[in-house]
Amino acid sequence: MAPSPSDDTSIEVIGLNTHYGERQILHDVNLEVRRGEIMVIMGGSGSGKTTLLNHLLGLLSPSSGTVRVLGQDLAALSPMERQQLRTRTGVAFQSGALFSSMTIGDNISLPLREHTDLDETTIGIMTRLKLEVVSLAGFEDLKPAELSGGMIKRAALARAIVMDPDLLFCDEPSAGLDPVVASSIDDLILRLRDAMGMSIVVVTHDLDSTFKIADRICVLDRGKVLALDTVEAIRASSDQRIQNLLNRRTEEAALDPDAYLRRLLGDKANQPNGTIRP
Amino acid sequence: MNMTLSQQDGATVVTLAGEVDLSHSPTLRKALMELMFEKKPVVVVDLSAVEYIDSSGVAGLVEAYQSARKNATRFVLAAVSDPVRRVLQLARLDKVFAMADTVESALKG
Repeated sequence: MAPSPSDDTSIEVIGLNTHYGERQILHDVNLEVRRGEIMVIMGGSGSGKTTLLNHLLGLLSPSSGTVRVLGQDLAALSPMERQQLRTRTGVAFQSGALFSSMTIGDNISLPLREHTDLDETTIGIMTRLKLEVVSLAGFEDLKPAELSGGMIKRAALARAIVMDPDLLFCDEPSAGLDPVVASSIDDLILRLRDAMGMSIVVVTHDLDSTFKIADRICVLDRGKVLALDTVEAIRASSDQRIQNLLNRRTEEAALDPDAYLRRLLGDKANQPNGTIRP
Repeated sequence: MNMTLSQQDGATVVTLAGEVDLSHSPTLRKALMELMFEKKPVVVVDLSAVEYIDSSGVAGLVEAYQSARKNATRFVLAAVSDPVRRVLQLARLDKVFAMADTVESALKG
């Protein structure tokens, strides 16, 4: 277990490269997330932001490079150490990833039952506290199918924070929500940082949300870190690709005739074939 | 977490210091619930030196507060430190608990 270079660093990514088959997805990605900050990883579809998130979650093995989370090198962790690290992190998945057969209350309390020996009364109060925090008080007995999209996102967030993690990951927390509900999720993320001092990594393509919540922004483009800076600096950037992203201008990808032909002819070397961790 | 119990002016003062997290909150809960079982007339929890409290610690305070209301025990959080206040505010519990700026003012009622 390698120590973190600094207690003020929650995540450190050094020289991360990853491939799906022969196709390189991430190119020499370097990233540092400081303790207590909201880092937004932003980019268009296919920019590599979800792949990067999967590496931060330890779901993918890099082709090369290092990913340290809360001071620990993910590649060097034993299954037990990996499990312990997971108790210190929370993940709110884009789809919610709630168990459809369980009530919202049981979904949220699940990590507490799995990882702690707390008594039932305490677990019950903690679960309802988190429901209060995400404005879902009174919904604990409903099933996920009985909730709206925004409510499912909030329930997923409640489950992600029920263990009071040091580090929270949110994958597209406001995608598909109306602007008012999306804004309420942004407010909630800000309150979690301020009240609990959590480090929060948000993956999104939502510009309004990004500018509202980010302490710093990592802009990914075609698998490369285009910029890593404050909101003000990103807004003021003279880089044409960043401005295209901010102004929602499309950019025609350069065409490699040989690669195009291989794709049309069904060359398997171009098919996704990443290394997935169990 | 460091916890000390003392008697002042007929009240029981529970003084907490350090971090009240998952590893310590069962101890806090047990101590508070014993005081509730004994039906102490006044319990003041001094939170001035608490650097961090997680949801399990807050849950212990909530459970004790609810028992106190049933027992007619006066249960007051005193000198709430900024980190604790922020956590209480997140769940709007600052509007639920009886709170006092100092232990002395909590004892006076």
